[in-house]
Amino acid sequence: MSVISPTPSPVPLPTHRGCPFDPPEEYGELRRSRPISRLAFPDGKVGWLLTRYEDVRALLEDLRFSSDRRRASSPVRAFPIRDGDPRVPGSLIGMDPPEHTRYRRLVTRWFTVRRMRELAPRIERIVADHLDAMERAGPPVDLVETFARPIPSLVICELLGVPYAERADFQRWTATLFRLDEPKESVYAARDALWDYMRSLVAIKRQLPDDALLSQLIRGEDPSAGLTDQELTGLGQLLLIAGHETTANMLALGTFALLCHPEQARALRERPDVVDNAVEELLRYLTIVQFGVVRVAREDVEFAGVKVREGETVVASVAAANRDPERFPEPDDLDVTRSAAHHIAFGHGVHQCLGQQLARMEMRIGYPALLRRFPTLRLAVPADQVPLRDDMFIYGVHQLPVTWQE
Amino acid sequence: MRIRIDRGRCQGAGQCALHAPELFDQSDEDGMVVVLDDQPPPELRDKARLAEQLCPNSVIRVLEEEDG
Repeated sequence: MSVISPTPSPVPLPTHRGCPFDPPEEYGELRRSRPISRLAFPDGKVGWLLTRYEDVRALLEDLRFSSDRRRASSPVRAFPIRDGDPRVPGSLIGMDPPEHTRYRRLVTRWFTVRRMRELAPRIERIVADHLDAMERAGPPVDLVETFARPIPSLVICELLGVPYAERADFQRWTATLFRLDEPKESVYAARDALWDYMRSLVAIKRQLPDDALLSQLIRGEDPSAGLTDQELTGLGQLLLIAGHETTANMLALGTFALLCHPEQARALRERPDVVDNAVEELLRYLTIVQFGVVRVAREDVEFAGVKVREGETVVASVAAANRDPERFPEPDDLDVTRSAAHHIAFGHGVHQCLGQQLARMEMRIGYPALLRRFPTLRLAVPADQVPLRDDMFIYGVHQLPVTWQE
Repeated sequence: MRIRIDRGRCQGAGQCALHAPELFDQSDEDGMVVVLDDQPPPELRDKARLAEQLCPNSVIRVLEEEDG
């Protein structure tokens, strides 16, 4: 007589990490036993969690699922959307084609592989300047403060035409937006402050244009442009947030991982030919979009053997997918020499990261330059005392105290 | 071997231009894919295939020609 086990009841998203570099252990078990499982959201609704590479990729390509977060549940904290809020025009992430496509086509030319190669000498200069400043300050330093946060912030400020001197404000608002336990009202206030800031910057660029991206968008060389101030503000704040917050965390967390795997750091320091692979491998291994990517079914959908009902939210765990042994052999090993190009740390489908070539260039230049300038670089505190960003939407470290022999 | 693209699906992620720069570039006007060589030599087969696999929007098809 066979016993049919009852359908397990929905569980909340696993968020507790054992190791600072690995996703919560429950993901491995779910991937093996229930790769499509029922997920309980904090708002009381029930949806789905995907943990296999192939399923996650398939979902993110499937246009029967929408990215509109006003209709979706968040797996960790309610999205900061008030009832009756209009959609932020130009914000890209929560949009679907064809609306999304229009904005994407207006800004993509600024982030192409070729454009980023042209930007490389400037990024090298910025990285060298920050390494000089670290050297002058002397050990120990917080690598987040001296290296990982300022470099991508300065690069995106120059690219957009945002005054770098005003970074303290937008960095603080972004941190507030991304903190899980932040009270709702404070999230709304940060969101409004960022909006007002970008709105007034757009007004300034209309009066006093420069050669950077925001002014060029206003100038509208593209006949399909003619963007409104609202649209420019939405696009501007998305690019500013995405441009400084994500790469900053990859630079700091990636360095932390390398310092905990000295043989990997040595390979990256000594072998220029592994740099490209190392960047892809660190993206895969660390996958800082730690709570996954959210989609909502536009209609009843048969998906990978289950029936997803209209309006149900599906969370695609890119972190779990990037540790799927069917796609990546020995997925829990950090191996900077492997070819991990198939990772989906930048997502997949129409929303795959717009700034990925910029992020790659910053990392390709940043990691080896840091490791070569300070060959004796090491943690200045025990690894278990490094404060982790498990309380933030984007994973990483809050600080990374490092030291070296002078 | 022949490369076909469905440019309408392209979102300009740049995976093809990154991994197979001999075969793909991105337009200066909108950042979307430009094919540099739609009949690549056999030594670029692996790169063409990688670009096909990595494209996040299934824009690229690599077709083997039966009659060579």
